Amino acid sequence: MNAAHRAFAPLAAGLAQIGACGRFLLHVLGAVPRSLRYLRETVRQVFFVGAMSLVIIMTCGMFVGAVLGLQLYDVLSRFGSAAMSGTVVALALYRELGPVVTALLFAGRAGTSITAEVGLMRATDQLDAMEMMAVDPLAYVIAPRFLAGVIAMPLLACIFNALAILGAHLVAVSWLGLDNGTFWSNMTASVDLWTDVVNGVWKSVAFGAVVTLIATFQGYTTPPTSEGVAYATTRTVVFSSIVVLALDFVMTAFLM
Amino acid sequence: MNATSAPPPNEALIRIRGLRTVLNGKTIFDGVDLDIPRGGVTAIMGPSGTGKTTLMRHITGQLPPDAGEIVVDGVDVVRASREQLFALREKIGYLFQNSALLTDFTVFENVAFPLRQQLRLPEELVRNIVLTKLQAVGLRGAAELMPSELSGGMMRRVALARAIVRDPMLIIYDEPFVGLDPIALNQILKLIRTLNQTLGITSILVAHELAAVRQVADRIHLVAAGKIAAAGAPEELSRGDSPWTRQFFAGEADGPVPFHYPAPDYAAELGLSGGGA
Repeated sequence: MNAAHRAFAPLAAGLAQIGACGRFLLHVLGAVPRSLRYLRETVRQVFFVGAMSLVIIMTCGMFVGAVLGLQLYDVLSRFGSAAMSGTVVALALYRELGPVVTALLFAGRAGTSITAEVGLMRATDQLDAMEMMAVDPLAYVIAPRFLAGVIAMPLLACIFNALAILGAHLVAVSWLGLDNGTFWSNMTASVDLWTDVVNGVWKSVAFGAVVTLIATFQGYTTPPTSEGVAYATTRTVVFSSIVVLALDFVMTAFLM
Repeated sequence: MNATSAPPPNEALIRIRGLRTVLNGKTIFDGVDLDIPRGGVTAIMGPSGTGKTTLMRHITGQLPPDAGEIVVDGVDVVRASREQLFALREKIGYLFQNSALLTDFTVFENVAFPLRQQLRLPEELVRNIVLTKLQAVGLRGAAELMPSELSGGMMRRVALARAIVRDPMLIIYDEPFVGLDPIALNQILKLIRTLNQTLGITSILVAHELAAVRQVADRIHLVAAGKIAAAGAPEELSRGDSPWTRQFFAGEADGPVPFHYPAPDYAAELGLSGGGA
């Protein structure tokens, strides 16, 4: 193997991974109609990745909102614009922080557990056993988790936003003394349903698809060893975080 | 070419021609020809690592070979589409070497899984079928246990119940006797023979336990060095004078099948060759 070959080997391996992930996505999308017969499994997964993530999403949402309220009130007060705190908090949350932070938390909480679960199923031949029982694991295992991620992520982001605004309200109004009516009226007057809220929801849908795609792909293709599952779980968090932030930039550029 | 065609009734259930497989640079099969007749119990034996499980994976279409033809019940599994393979697998029961039970399901749910996914049967009927199969493997009382609560031998018996729950056309048992105590072993042998005799189910048995295999198998194929080294009825093979069968059945280290995995010279690796300091 010459030096040039060695230098480009990681790049080639990375491109091969992206290509394999793309092919996997096509297979998963093809399996989605077949997965509708396992609707109960999809509902179970929505509960698992959605409802079970509520505690971390709500807690983090509350603290992110509180910090935002505190920082913005302080900064905006210097320019005599403290009354705009609620507006800026809401815009930051709906447009960026809500979808992105929720996706990063989702990757850490639900993405890792999906990868570990599917990876262990691979390592213990459970996926092969399903194939041998003429049950398509893409339709029974992967597609319900993919759908659950796409469904749960925007709902979690909405809950995150709601709790974050509540946190900001507690700090800015209840603690720092900003007028309650000013906080809400400025926010409702400045936030647009379509360009701010709905665009944020679209981002959440895309992030849900990307994170669960990476999580299921890593689990499905993991080497059947304990080290393989451990690496796959780590890769899920690393790749999801990078892709979510990069995709956020691209989507923001197109949606603005 | 259509991968499916109606097989003549007297034709072998499985026909393999010119099978060639190379995995990780190692030749596993090099021109294997094999016929497995309908309605019999055929044992595939051979030293560890000779590709017996790989052969089963080829037969079920889980792993495509590098070359060769594999026809199972008229379906060319090498060229078959995913749908054709799934249709074929609905007629095959497969007992995995490591049981491969679904760890989040109870014993009952594991055995019921193929029925619930493939057939729309009333729940009462599903329950009766599952309990019948669990009774056959002696684990009806363990129906509500989780796989994590079972011993290795019990897990194999649950996996066996799951493999036979649909009364398939073909059952592949990959190492079914590992971890079984003598009582369970005897019952499983009886079950394999009963399924074969009463329902006419074709069985393929991958096993090392010669004494057990002799009791149930109609025919044994000995896989070694990438070929079918010997084939015949159990008595024929044990009387045979082929060096392969003599070594394998007598359990001798010396013979055509090397006991040691290929390695450099032992003395050289220990630094003992060349006269020392």
